[in-house]
Amino acid sequence: MLPDRFKGFFGESSGNNPGRRSSAQEEKETQLERQSRGLEQFFFNIRGVEGLSILDLGGAVQENIEFIANLGHRITTQAFLQTLDQAFGQGSITQTDPAQIEAFLAQQLSFPDQTFDGVLLWDTLQYMSPALLAATVEQLHRITRPGCYMLGFFNSDDKGLSSPNMKFRIAKTNTLHLSQRGQRNQAQPFNNRNLERLFVKFDSVKFFLTREHLREVIIRR
Amino acid sequence: MDVKDVKKENILPVSSMPFKTATPESDAKGSGQASIGKAVKINGQIFSKEDLYIDGDVEGTVELHENRLTIGPNGRVQASVRAREVVVLGAIQGNVEASDRIDIRKEAKLVGDIKTARIVIEDGAYFKGSIDIVRQEAQKAGATAAPAHPAAAAAPKPVAAGAAVGSSPAVPVEVKR
Repeated sequence: MLPDRFKGFFGESSGNNPGRRSSAQEEKETQLERQSRGLEQFFFNIRGVEGLSILDLGGAVQENIEFIANLGHRITTQAFLQTLDQAFGQGSITQTDPAQIEAFLAQQLSFPDQTFDGVLLWDTLQYMSPALLAATVEQLHRITRPGCYMLGFFNSDDKGLSSPNMKFRIAKTNTLHLSQRGQRNQAQPFNNRNLERLFVKFDSVKFFLTREHLREVIIRR
Repeated sequence: MDVKDVKKENILPVSSMPFKTATPESDAKGSGQASIGKAVKINGQIFSKEDLYIDGDVEGTVELHENRLTIGPNGRVQASVRAREVVVLGAIQGNVEASDRIDIRKEAKLVGDIKTARIVIEDGAYFKGSIDIVRQEAQKAGATAAPAHPAAAAAPKPVAAGAAVGSSPAVPVEVKR
């Protein structure tokens, strides 16, 4: 059975089901479709241009690479959470040592200034400690060009700090296929005010609040 | 039933011949392609005019312009790689240019920039770097026509993916545009 919060994240469509299932069936079952206004806005903002540099922090996902490449852009992928766990272990408690944070970011975001025209953050930022998060956002500001758009997802339910960590696969400009990679603890709650403060150096922050306790955020550099 | 009969019934018929599974290594031996075993370490440049299977350690450069390079599960390549087709089951650290396609299998690890016409990345593969999808027509045009500006030819502009890009996890699916 999916946890309640997971069901909420996926929307009402995840409710059908159960019984005993094989792992293959479970895998199939969790590949759920979700409309995304944030994704739609992201692609709307970069429409009509080819040859942009897009950074995807969700790791190498075939569908996303294919989709971005078909639009004529160059994609750079980083398995950000995977390497975050390797560097700090799971959980945000250990993500406080400034030297370790610096070393991690030097390894992960060591791109020249103003390299990217778009960044797919997905849900990666919500699992970082405030110190690591601030340093990461600072680096994102450095490596993005003015006018760059970033898409991030944040759990908007203040009651719990544990949320399903997702793998996001782009199906269409406004549709995602989601599968759960596990449950992770958020380092802090995120509301509009927190997020505006976090991205204060950026030009604008636009929110799409969905009914499934998910805040889709478009940040413009 | 006497003792002899019981013994006979307990003996299961087995074949002394091991099953032959289609591993990349056996493929390599079967098709006559060159192979670098897992106990081999090479430091330098490799040029090949036949398919190559690397299951050992290679440091330097690997060039097989018209052929296929397979990095086996034990293969560790720290090199810039150029081939028609690249299949990765092990690890590569370096830039990879595959004029036809690159196939990164699960458990594989690739850190570097990729330039290719088609790419398949299985779920579970680790990839860090950028991907330039280069149209095959553009490659052919670049190969036949002399460029007005050599620098422009050296760095083709990334364009839309070619006719096909595979779909994960295991079965590549042609994508029609």
